Amino acid sequence: MQEWANQLCENRQFGSKMTDSKYFTTTKKGEIFELKAELNSDKKEKKKEAVKKVIASMTVGKDVSALFPDVVNCMQTDNLELKKLVYLYLMNYAKSQPDMAIMAVNTFVKDCEDPNPLIRALAVRTMGCIRVDKITEYLCEPLRKCLKDEDPYVRKTAAVCVAKLHDINAQLVEDQGFLDTLKDLISDSNPMVVANAVAALSEIAESHPNSNLLDLNPQSINKLLTALNECTEWGQIFILDCLANYTPRDDRESQSICERVTPRLSHANSAVVLSAVKVLMKFMEMLPKDLDYYGTLLKKLAPPLVTLLSAEPELQYVALRNINLIVQKRPEILKHEMKVFFVKYNDPIYVKLEKLDIMIRLASQANIAQVLAELKEYATEVDVDFVRKAVRAIGRCAIKVEQSAERCVSTLLDLIQTKVNYVVQEAIVVIKDIFRKYPNKYESVIATLCENLDSLDEPEARAAMIWIVGEYAERIDNADELLESFLEGFHDESTQVQLQLLTAIVKLFLKKPTETQELVQQVLSLATQDSDNPDLRDRGYIYWRLLSTDPVAAKEVVLAEKPLISEETDLIEPTLLEELICHIGTLASVYHKPPSAFVEGSRGVQHKRLPARAGSGESAESPDTVSTGGVSEAPPAVIPSQGDLLGDLLNLDLTPPTTTGPPPPTSSMQMGAMDLLGGGLDSLLGGDIGGSPAMGASFGAPPAVMPGSFNAPVSGGLSDLFDLGGGVGMPMGAYVPPKTVWLPAMKAKGLEISGTFARRSGVVQMEMTLTNKAMSVMGDFAIQFNRNSFGLAPAGPLQVLTPFTPNQSIEVTLPLNTVGPVMKMEPLNNLQVAVKNNIDVFYFSCQYPISMLFVEDGKMERQVFLATWKDIPNDNESQFQIKDCHLNSDAASNKLQGSNIFTIAKRTVDGQDMLYQSMKLTNGIWILAELKVQAGNPNYTISLKCRAPEVAQSVFQSYEAVLKN
Amino acid sequence: MINSLFLINHSGDIFLEKHWKSVISRSVCDYFFEAKEKAVEPENVPPVLQTPHHYLISIYRDKLFFLSVIQTEVPPLFVIEFLHRVAEMFQDYFGECSEMVIKDNVVIVYELLEEMLDNGFPLATESNVLKEMIRPPTILRSVVNTLTGSSNVGETLPTGQLSTIPWRRAGVKYTNNEAYFDVIEEIDAILDKSGTTVFAEIQGVIEACVKLSGMPDLTLSFMNPRLLDDVSFHPCVRFKRWESERVLSFIPPDGNFTLMTYHVSAQNLVAIPVYVKQNISFFESGSCGRLDLTVGPKQTMGKTVEGMMITVHMPKAVLSANLTATQGTYTYDLATKVLVWDIGKLNPQKLPNLRGSLSLQSGAPKPEENPSLNIDLKIQQLAISGLKVNRLDMYGEKYKPFKGVKYVTKAGKFQVIRHDWTVFLACKGKP
Repeated sequence: MQEWANQLCENRQFGSKMTDSKYFTTTKKGEIFELKAELNSDKKEKKKEAVKKVIASMTVGKDVSALFPDVVNCMQTDNLELKKLVYLYLMNYAKSQPDMAIMAVNTFVKDCEDPNPLIRALAVRTMGCIRVDKITEYLCEPLRKCLKDEDPYVRKTAAVCVAKLHDINAQLVEDQGFLDTLKDLISDSNPMVVANAVAALSEIAESHPNSNLLDLNPQSINKLLTALNECTEWGQIFILDCLANYTPRDDRESQSICERVTPRLSHANSAVVLSAVKVLMKFMEMLPKDLDYYGTLLKKLAPPLVTLLSAEPELQYVALRNINLIVQKRPEILKHEMKVFFVKYNDPIYVKLEKLDIMIRLASQANIAQVLAELKEYATEVDVDFVRKAVRAIGRCAIKVEQSAERCVSTLLDLIQTKVNYVVQEAIVVIKDIFRKYPNKYESVIATLCENLDSLDEPEARAAMIWIVGEYAERIDNADELLESFLEGFHDESTQVQLQLLTAIVKLFLKKPTETQELVQQVLSLATQDSDNPDLRDRGYIYWRLLSTDPVAAKEVVLAEKPLISEETDLIEPTLLEELICHIGTLASVYHKPPSAFVEGSRGVQHKRLPARAGSGESAESPDTVSTGGVSEAPPAVIPSQGDLLGDLLNLDLTPPTTTGPPPPTSSMQMGAMDLLGGGLDSLLGGDIGGSPAMGASFGAPPAVMPGSFNAPVSGGLSDLFDLGGGVGMPMGAYVPPKTVWLPAMKAKGLEISGTFARRSGVVQMEMTLTNKAMSVMGDFAIQFNRNSFGLAPAGPLQVLTPFTPNQSIEVTLPLNTVGPVMKMEPLNNLQVAVKNNIDVFYFSCQYPISMLFVEDGKMERQVFLATWKDIPNDNESQFQIKDCHLNSDAASNKLQGSNIFTIAKRTVDGQDMLYQSMKLTNGIWILAELKVQAGNPNYTISLKCRAPEVAQSVFQSYEAVLKN
Repeated sequence: MINSLFLINHSGDIFLEKHWKSVISRSVCDYFFEAKEKAVEPENVPPVLQTPHHYLISIYRDKLFFLSVIQTEVPPLFVIEFLHRVAEMFQDYFGECSEMVIKDNVVIVYELLEEMLDNGFPLATESNVLKEMIRPPTILRSVVNTLTGSSNVGETLPTGQLSTIPWRRAGVKYTNNEAYFDVIEEIDAILDKSGTTVFAEIQGVIEACVKLSGMPDLTLSFMNPRLLDDVSFHPCVRFKRWESERVLSFIPPDGNFTLMTYHVSAQNLVAIPVYVKQNISFFESGSCGRLDLTVGPKQTMGKTVEGMMITVHMPKAVLSANLTATQGTYTYDLATKVLVWDIGKLNPQKLPNLRGSLSLQSGAPKPEENPSLNIDLKIQQLAISGLKVNRLDMYGEKYKPFKGVKYVTKAGKFQVIRHDWTVFLACKGKP
């Protein structure tokens, strides 16, 4: 009693200091002991104070778990605050004290029956937060009751509890039928219950992508739309996000949903607004463009987006990332709103950078003057990143809006005059692009650029400057001196600069051959002999050979007219953009990557697509289902659906390629394409090489002119060059089918793969041409095979030299082994492949010629052959006709031998040659054959005998292919 | 959904953490600290960060970082909106949002956070509802509570949680029934040197303080609702009525709330109330410069401009300023290079002027930058857009409420001179 009085006294004295900070006193010795005593006190108030102290300690990370039993003892109280405090404690510590937590179960179960709905809800809510398996068992019955509780407050709490329980034990939730109950709640009479049920189902669905939990049909949509008007702002977000997954049946339904969603655009909560924008952007796609409502809707979208930009900077950032997508998809929405994207002095840098991006996207002839004035202003600000981006933006304006190019160039020149180092360098990089876009127009500024040569220390700027000098060598009197000055430190330069310097000097030589012979020899020898960089060496050799073989051709190649650079280089590739539009407002929209690319635990996220416009004849079709139509039998069919088969592929661990390690054997192919960084040559060269599958032959075969004939002392170069040819040359004879397109670009977000299989020196390999038809750089390639008939599997990672820039084509050879998992495929030689890159995972299937699996030691002894032939039952024999083959038997035999089909004996009967042949597959299966060749008859007959007769068909196909090619 | 919340103070200490699902170690914040380090200024920390296993979404408010951790795909705006709501709730409960006040009320904070989210899903975020469940602290109440042993927590189910009007509790009773509306407009504008408007818009907001008994149903109408084409409303406003009749019809929340925000972007509607004549020049030699500023009224609709203040961000090389102001006072902060001229009331008869010399760091090159000016001002009894409330009617209750409307115009992000248009456009012909 005395203590009580003292405390009172203290309280009076320090009336204003009566705050919770008193709980923050540092841990004293025996503090826990003191608290224990207080918790067990008879006085209610003291108990509550003690629990508060415990909670306060807990929040600052002190360990008060030792008090568990004492705190739990306080739970049985009719004081709601005390109960809540104890629950807070329980949720925090139950995990570490599961056995103790069981003690609380009874109280929970009892509370779930309490007449006060607040207590019932609180109990079920708290129980769900205790992540202890033993407790969840007891949770099921109370939860079932609460889901059907008469009070909506309890039902809506219970709905969320199902999601909690699912997180702890998914199986239990399914077994107990809670998912069905949850689905029923979507039709609940109370909008809050509906919203929470949708939220819970959406969360559960995220871990079950194919479960079809949110089965949306016109009836359920109608219920959601009704609830949308009446539930809380957060509920509206859940419902709108759920609506966005629905695909309306026709344009009328689409319009009616849009009409009911548009009022949400005026909501004060920006997340509601953006989710509504997502639904509208998606469903708009289905409306005919000539519909009046379509125009109305477009007009309605602009003001809410502008309003988002007057919110807090964090909200602005997310809004801007999304507006970036919207502007790309439908520029008309915001085309008159340029000014709201002008950067304000006190915007955070992350907002400034985003605004700049959108300004460029919206730039047009109408507003370019304002935009440029702004950009020029930004270029004088302090933040280096921002200034750089502003300078680049000026260059992009010049390329995008032709009428402004002149003004942009003069602005850039003004900026160069500032002599601010990074501004100058950035300006030179963009001026190079302007030169490419508008050749022969602004070369008068070259002199000014050259003045700044010495201040350039960044590789990109140096490379740009060198490109300019090389490209306009004929107009720069001292071009040779300038380039020579760079040559001095050749080996210290970055690869980018080295490559550019090599090309520039070759250009110079072709333009002014008389004075620069020495210079070009110097650079060629630096590049080919003193460099370890294979790309540089390869490019050096190419030039060398070109120059030595046919300088006229060299001129045509190196000084060829360059294709114009495209207007906007950083547009998101259309298929990705469509997917991202479906994900407006999500993290995917902030990162501009499809969710599958980065969301952890998204097991096989389904790709979303915009629905098809009404009247376009096609219904909204998933892009994964390919309408191969009449050509469904063609081997390079993309796998139709992600069915069970693919389950395997999906779970495979796609290993990214190691960045170190040897360059792929076909690196020589890349040199042309590598130069896309803006170089002069080489789109031409690259196109030539990349496109031709017969490249290896054409390179290795003609021993024509070697660098030796060029008047430079080369010794090492010669052998190097042979190596180069050898890498891709093929041992004659083995049949390699021509490349076919396996994966068309439209199915794979711009990645095109064509390829073939080959057996070279006993190694089975997959030879592919990868073409980047997307607008972004690709990387992180990996490949996996599904189980297949012969256990084919990649013997190493897929080595794709990155950056794999747009419009680039590269050749990749992937060695294979046959030790992978086996599963019989139909047809037998079918192979299902998954290729991953930074954008997505793609699947296709292809068929390989079985002849590539014929091993080198497939020649059977004669005696064994006879015995085996007799031994194999006649049922296993199959006979085929090979038509229109004009080879004689010897030629045929030779040709077949190249593919490891060995002739053991030849017999001639009645003018008919009988060839007895054997071959062995990698898995040890022998195949015996009798080939009948009749002089003058182009039709052969072949009989195949094998213990595994199912291979016969494929073997026959291989015969046909080998003989006819 | 939202997994955890960390509150982090200006110097980077985590002083409170709350987990709504399994506990996530506070080491996850290291990624945030890394980004904070990189951003230098706390305002510049990117709001969405990706870490190997989590996403960190943060806001910076009142010198505190509210950092939330999420694990699955969640709309980031949803998280950011929620975090702002948390900050507002602290402000509402404790009068300010600071580390000290949060620590002082840590148990209430904890109770609030628990009530605001369940399993990461928002539960109760309306201030009215929360206050019914958890009473805000007052000195008087904490003393009374200690004496009587009564609790901070309401025993009854908050009525608003279940009705279709979650923002209002049942059984509200006042002896004086009153409803006040403040129409507040902020001008965001960028003017160039010659005074031409480069960009101007008005951000408007109607703040309401409604203390009415029972279930009043209000209708607010405007003289000129056509002005408003870009609006966003409190959830209580019936959108259908607005679309068809251009009136605001609503059952108000109890107490203070934001009824609507709007945005007037048509430039001909945005009056610019003041002009600034400025001349800031630096000399090639002698390490000095001159400054001459004059402010005058432009379109003030006959009202007085008050609280005039001009802020100039000087180039780095400016060491000091020796100026004379005909009205008000000026300060020059050496560290931040910010010149602030506090003018006060604008007198149209005698225009305030500030002039004098600037001294530069010796040897520094002549600064290139054209300093931009930020303007602050206030005009009472005027909504610069011309928006006027016509009348307020109440249905559903019998008593006569006391009604009032107040207007005020302020400067938002109001800047003068970023660049000289005429000069720039003249460059057109230059080769």
